[in-house]
Amino acid sequence: MKVRAQIAMVLNLDKCIGCHTCSVTCKQVWTTREGVEYAWFNNVETKPGIGYPKDWENQDKWKGGWKRKRNGKLEPRIGSRLRVLANIFANPDMPQIDDYYEPFTFNYQHLQTAGESKAMPTARPVSLITGQQMEKIEWGPNWEEILGGEFAKRSKDRNFDKVQKDIYGQFEQTFMMYLPRLCEHCLNPACVAACPSGSIYKREEDGIVLVDQDKCRGWRMCVSACPYKKIYYNWQSGKAEKCTFCFPRIEAGEPTICSETCVGRIRYLGVMLYDADRIEEAASVENEEHLYRSQLDVFLDPSDPEVIEAARRDGVPELWLEAARKSPVYKMAIEWGVAFPLHPEYRTLPMVWYVPPLSPVQAAHEAGHVGWNEAADLPDVKSLRIPVKYLANLLTAGAETPVILALQRMMAMRMHMRARTVENRMDAEVLRQVGLSVEQVEEMYKVMALADYEDRFVIPSTHREYAENTFDLKSSCGFSFGNGCSTSGSTGANLFSTKKTSAGRQAPRVEFRRVPARPKPAEAPLPAVPPTPTVPRQPEEV
Amino acid sequence: MSEYLHTLAFGIYPYVAVAVFLLGSLVRFEREQYSWRSGSSQLLRARQLRIGSNCFHIGILFLMAGHTVGLLTPHEVYGLLITAPQKQMLAIVSGGAAGTLCFIGLTLLLHRRLFDPRIRATSSAADIAILAMLWVQLVLGLATLPFSLGHSDGNVMMQLSHWAQHIVTFQGDAASYLLDVDWVFKAHILLGVSLFVAFPFSRLVHIWSAPVGYVFRPYQLVRRRGAARPVAGSVR
Repeated sequence: MKVRAQIAMVLNLDKCIGCHTCSVTCKQVWTTREGVEYAWFNNVETKPGIGYPKDWENQDKWKGGWKRKRNGKLEPRIGSRLRVLANIFANPDMPQIDDYYEPFTFNYQHLQTAGESKAMPTARPVSLITGQQMEKIEWGPNWEEILGGEFAKRSKDRNFDKVQKDIYGQFEQTFMMYLPRLCEHCLNPACVAACPSGSIYKREEDGIVLVDQDKCRGWRMCVSACPYKKIYYNWQSGKAEKCTFCFPRIEAGEPTICSETCVGRIRYLGVMLYDADRIEEAASVENEEHLYRSQLDVFLDPSDPEVIEAARRDGVPELWLEAARKSPVYKMAIEWGVAFPLHPEYRTLPMVWYVPPLSPVQAAHEAGHVGWNEAADLPDVKSLRIPVKYLANLLTAGAETPVILALQRMMAMRMHMRARTVENRMDAEVLRQVGLSVEQVEEMYKVMALADYEDRFVIPSTHREYAENTFDLKSSCGFSFGNGCSTSGSTGANLFSTKKTSAGRQAPRVEFRRVPARPKPAEAPLPAVPPTPTVPRQPEEV
Repeated sequence: MSEYLHTLAFGIYPYVAVAVFLLGSLVRFEREQYSWRSGSSQLLRARQLRIGSNCFHIGILFLMAGHTVGLLTPHEVYGLLITAPQKQMLAIVSGGAAGTLCFIGLTLLLHRRLFDPRIRATSSAADIAILAMLWVQLVLGLATLPFSLGHSDGNVMMQLSHWAQHIVTFQGDAASYLLDVDWVFKAHILLGVSLFVAFPFSRLVHIWSAPVGYVFRPYQLVRRRGAARPVAGSVR
């Protein structure tokens, strides 16, 4: 047993309102620089939909994640080490910027500088890559927002596999949910495995996966290898960039910016202890539907004395062990079994988990839209608006049983709390049906429904002082983007032909021609000016 | 005067170039590693790149290896296997083939860089300059082929390799071997040496980082804060 700790995240999709605050704050902090305007370390997709970049879940096309070879060994889906190197000159599995979208701004300046014209001046879109005017914006970061676009296109969503999807195109039958996505900080990351220069690594202390910006050579293999398409190529710096899990904040014991600013309080951060020796075995199980279970087996019980002892031996700090025992992630993923990994079939053992959304069930049940499961004495989750198979394809590689149980537990929690607070009675039967105790449900209610700040984020601070000499850090430049403290290029003439990190062409580089005013007839009178009121002339005296 | 310039260009300049090449690379690696990258533009436009980049790289890798082995192998060594005229014919045929492949690729890449609006707008002056230099150098290299076919006895080839071998072994008389060779060889050598000068200041530095080590490393990498080297993960 080799115990390691990781800060993991759970997103409670049941409460996501799709406000994009997480995406916007993340963008403001991390990717408002030239070269990554198109990159969203965190984005929120409306499902069903093909997502961002287009069709990212289609691994037949993008070759992300791992594949299990006949001999049971894992290999990145993009190929063996030799095939990776053979494709280094032109990566055949890499998305182009148009698969994300061509980043743009608008020529707002024109609104102020336009000459006189018949029509109102408009701010036309300008490409942030070429600086040229764009005729038409074809795609954007959130093109399918709230079921935008035709069903025929959206329904290419891979999670519709084995779902009779045609009926969901009908207005009365349709469904939607939000899926906020960020780097999964996997236990078995395919990006790390595919990096020819070895610049991507997982941190031993907290499991955060980072790109060493100095060591990255821009071979682009990680972009293909990540099945979640959460590594972005910075076209200006020529380096790979990704979600950093806001490590400077995490180290200080603060939540990531997306979690901190989440309006719906859907995000949870907590410590998970796992056995690093079991990763390979767990990721290689043959049946994809078993991958969720096998990942659960990698996690260790933080209250088990044996685990605690092993963790101490492996150097996990006491503060972290304490946080692991209070971890909301552990409670949701293991104790209550209501959180699931995103697409475990990619075999990366992701560490950002999701609580499936319970469709608007209470009202639907009361209106008689949801069937009653007599056997379980619960509303029948299979008749919910969102097909269970769809959720299972998203979260458990198609295994429906765990998803059904999670939905039932969440529903039972609501029924129990409703009985207790509204009807003033204890509904123990409904809890027995789903295998939860009253104490568990009360805690579930506290953590998932009330979701206080302290219950959502249990983050121990990192003891950097053990690894670094803080005296040496005094007066250093601290965290910085791009080339950090390098003064290269400050004179304007750059020796190594690199540009300084900048905000890019947020203002259009190209000045637009002024629209020439229509030629006026030479003798034309001045434009009609409202006549100045004049004092009526007094009749002249004769 | 012209002999003075000749010595300067072919006897002294190569040493200056190699010094800049090595020292420049070292300084950039030490001080500015963030700028050390291949500079791929595939994200912005894959069109023309798939064929162009593959043809160019395969061609030029072959040419680089061919020049190194061909110029620096002493006559006494390859003489055991083949004669000088045979070696020259081998160089003409294989170099011609690789050069043509490289030319197709490089022309596609140069065209793409100059005329694709996205690539043009995001190129630095150095990106365009180095590509243009390589293209001219390749054309000069291909232009030597008819001259070589004109004297198939292998003498000029011997002169050229003597020059190269005397340069790398620090013998002062290297330039004298190039006095009588055709202008096209001189031009090719001069530009070739200049490429060494441009090397550390352009994206060519990525050649140093050819990731052969990838074949031998474990898949997963885990780093501990403060640890000088990454510790290998459990998954191999």
